[in-house]
Amino acid sequence: MKKIQKTLLTTALATAMTMSATAQASLSDDKVKIGVLADMGGVYADVCGPGCVEAVKMAVEDFGGKVLGKPIEVVSADDQNKPDIGSVKVREWVEKDQVDVVTGLVSSAVTGAVTKVLTANEKIALISTSASHAFTTKACSPFNAHWTYDVVSLANGTVKPMVQSGKKKWFFITADYAFGHALEKVATGVIKENGGEVVGGVRAPLGTSDFSSYVLQAQSSGADVVALANAGADMVNSLKTAAEFGLTEMADVAGLLVFTPSALALDPDVSAGMKLTTGFYWNMDDQTREWTKRFQKRNGGKIPAMGQAGAYSATMHYLKAVKEAGTDESKAVMAQMKSMPVEDFFSRNGYLRKDGRMVHDMLQVKIKPASERQTVQDLYTIEKVIAGDDAFLPLEKGGCGFALSQK
Amino acid sequence: MAEFLGINLFGLFGQLLVGLINGSFYALLALGLAIIFGLLKIINFSQGALYMLGAFAAWMALEYLQLNYWYALFLVPIVVGIFGILLERFLIRPIANEDHLYSLLLTFGIALILQGLFTDWYGSSGLPYAIPEELKGGTRLPFMYLPNYRAWIIVCSLAVCALTWFMIEKTKLGAYLRAGTENPQLMQAFGINVPLIVTLTYGFGVGLAGLAGVLAAPVYSVSPEMGSSILIVVFAIVVIGGMGSIGGAILTGLAMGIVEGLTKYFYPEASNTVIFLVMVLVLLTKPAGLFGKEA
Amino acid sequence: MNNKTLNFSILALALAAPLVLYPVFLMKVLCFALFACAFNLLLGFVGLLSFGHAIFLGSGAYITGHLMLNYSITPEVGILAGVGASALIGLIYGKLAVKREGIYFAMVTLALAQLMFFFYLQAPFTGGEDGLQGVPRGFLFGLIDLSDNLTMYYFVLAIFIAGFLLIYRTIHSPFGQVLKAIRENEARAISLGYKVNNYKLQAFVISAALAGLAGSTKALVFQLASLNDVHWFMSGEVVLMTLLGGMGTIWGPVLGAGTIVGLQNFLASGPLANYIHVVMGVVFVVCVLAFRQGLVGELQKLVRKNF
Repeated sequence: MKKIQKTLLTTALATAMTMSATAQASLSDDKVKIGVLADMGGVYADVCGPGCVEAVKMAVEDFGGKVLGKPIEVVSADDQNKPDIGSVKVREWVEKDQVDVVTGLVSSAVTGAVTKVLTANEKIALISTSASHAFTTKACSPFNAHWTYDVVSLANGTVKPMVQSGKKKWFFITADYAFGHALEKVATGVIKENGGEVVGGVRAPLGTSDFSSYVLQAQSSGADVVALANAGADMVNSLKTAAEFGLTEMADVAGLLVFTPSALALDPDVSAGMKLTTGFYWNMDDQTREWTKRFQKRNGGKIPAMGQAGAYSATMHYLKAVKEAGTDESKAVMAQMKSMPVEDFFSRNGYLRKDGRMVHDMLQVKIKPASERQTVQDLYTIEKVIAGDDAFLPLEKGGCGFALSQK
Repeated sequence: MAEFLGINLFGLFGQLLVGLINGSFYALLALGLAIIFGLLKIINFSQGALYMLGAFAAWMALEYLQLNYWYALFLVPIVVGIFGILLERFLIRPIANEDHLYSLLLTFGIALILQGLFTDWYGSSGLPYAIPEELKGGTRLPFMYLPNYRAWIIVCSLAVCALTWFMIEKTKLGAYLRAGTENPQLMQAFGINVPLIVTLTYGFGVGLAGLAGVLAAPVYSVSPEMGSSILIVVFAIVVIGGMGSIGGAILTGLAMGIVEGLTKYFYPEASNTVIFLVMVLVLLTKPAGLFGKEA
Repeated sequence: MNNKTLNFSILALALAAPLVLYPVFLMKVLCFALFACAFNLLLGFVGLLSFGHAIFLGSGAYITGHLMLNYSITPEVGILAGVGASALIGLIYGKLAVKREGIYFAMVTLALAQLMFFFYLQAPFTGGEDGLQGVPRGFLFGLIDLSDNLTMYYFVLAIFIAGFLLIYRTIHSPFGQVLKAIRENEARAISLGYKVNNYKLQAFVISAALAGLAGSTKALVFQLASLNDVHWFMSGEVVLMTLLGGMGTIWGPVLGAGTIVGLQNFLASGPLANYIHVVMGVVFVVCVLAFRQGLVGELQKLVRKNF
């Protein structure tokens, strides 16, 4: 009996030694644990939510379910768009459940609170759906990686070409909260830089159901373009109203942040012709279509929103980095992630910059009228591909302390 | 352009008109709540969710049964009304004799359930519903462009409000109704089926929410959240008007639409809050509301 | 079993709990339990339904959070300031609200809370819906480092016990007896010469201050104060906690808060995450239909019937 034990022990030791000799692998707790935090049942459930969880699981399966010979586990939680609930959950994840990395992350308020917890615990945040560019600028951290898009890339993608084409006078209908304000501020900067002016604006409370009053104000302002610095139901409602009151015939309406599910929620008669910027479109090429087809099977037939595709891409890149670095220690993995190009169905010409911004090509698209759509989900015509470096805020302008000092 | 004290008068007229449109819509929703409270003493916190249900029912009728807007306008209030009757019969009636607080909590729970289920089934982003062909386009007034559909909202809600008010305050049926809730034992003794009246009234009040939902579907996003954001405002309107006062709810609904419209013009950030300011002021000066009878 | 043994075993359990359960979760339960107890003082013992109580929770959180973030003060000073602010708002709101009764009282408190919500939404110091993030826990009395979860837990437990005892004393004092008399028969209390509105106002201020205490503590625990704390949904949640646990009982709100927070925590990461609202709704409905006395109330009924 003893002998057997001894043999077993030697074998085990030997195996362990060979393994460490070949891979130098070290995983903190013999597994890699990925947490997906998102709004699962509230207003933003469609733009990330359960779809993000599926996307991350799909990435793990595509990766083979194991990294460095150890299992990869996915856990998920609902933050209900509340920063306190989100930060408590994430604190529990890192302090108690040994979660190594957190992705999903939708509402900027939640992401702000959560990234603080993660940075304090030296864990990585893969931000897939938040809009604020703060996480790679003034609130940047060596542990943040911001995928998919941000407000600057949206403003550069949508606003810049319109101002340059001679639409100089702008009016804003802004959601009266941090994300709306940020979007308005960034877009205003882009407008002024390119010789345009802002002739007026209103700040509508979040969840306003009737926008007709604001649409009338926009009409009487004499603006060339009315920019909707809002999202979700607010965007849908304001655009519907703009079309109804004939605003769309007098001026261009630009949706600054339009997620695919919101575009689907609009009657094509209302939305056709609107230009917008997105980090991903499912029907771009064979690669995106192939991925989307597999994703749809797991997501109840729904096509992916950009954050969901982003969550897959970020997870995949993270796992590759763990494999290459031979460890799940956050600093080493982050260094590895920043040294490898990000090239997959989602990200074209992508790389993770020093400040944590994932710079990749953005798409400028136009919503198709019903007559041109082959299926209901055939939403956009791609007008232009914007190179990542033109779309996102340059590193030097971001003011991210740690990234600027490590030249 | 006409200007007065630096204010664009044409702009102001426009704001007043859209305020009135919203007001007529509020009046319709507040009317349902007021009937249910005034006659049944139930504080129906699920009115917003039933309004949402009405909008979704209109969408479903079009999507699954190819029934257009006009069919929906008649059928949906009935369907939602029947749903309400079932709710009343099986959930609310067992606690009819308890404190008002319980009916409030119960209906709030029902609202949470409905909203949660629809979010799960149809997602949170909303569904498209087009304005019916007949009502597309609009009329150019001197001071604004009035979409035909908005004009229709005013006409339809005001007609329904006026009719309901007439029925309850001026007809024999309405008199039975009021008497039945005032003194149920006596009415029973006269051979009138009071529980049936209660159930039907509840169904009618809820049906009004369903109707409002259909009216809203083409202009607002058909989404699970649409009810919860409007509910608390409508509730405030009923309180301001005087709980249980049918006419009060209608008039206050219109007035609050206009007040809100003006706020949207001068200080848009406060447009969701102004109604509560009015509510505080009214309750502190006239405790029973503008049109309520002092207890 | 006598009450003393029961209370001691509960205390022992509370002291040992962080060894088994995650301390931050327990602190959350304690904060909400204190909030619910404060609310119950009004609803359960005076019969006043305040539908805007979140405003006191949130005011405590905002004031404490703001002071801790911007001035180098110790946590106990921060908490005291938060409690003071809530009590002051409670005094003003109470003065306006106690003149009204029943559903109108609920409506006045709701409307006043909405006005305050608007203020917090617009005021620059609250950080809008980002809230105040990264609030430091600081050093208690300038000495004890609270950044450790276990230390913090015992601090929060001490606060909870202090608040709980204050409520207990209030209820069992002559003052508390008058409150109950008002709940049972207000007209009679008036005819006995009690200035009913004064009593109501005092109870309102105590309740507001304790709700503020819960909020201030919560801000330190989560290192965060957000709009969520002042939203009317939060006001609804505390009604649910109190009702579920059993209004008008001493332990009811504690049990109710524990159940709701635990349920939310459990649901958030389980397969039912998308059904969280549905489940909460079902809890409401079942609670109202099947046991209006709440968990503790029904338990007491059971005990009385069978023993």
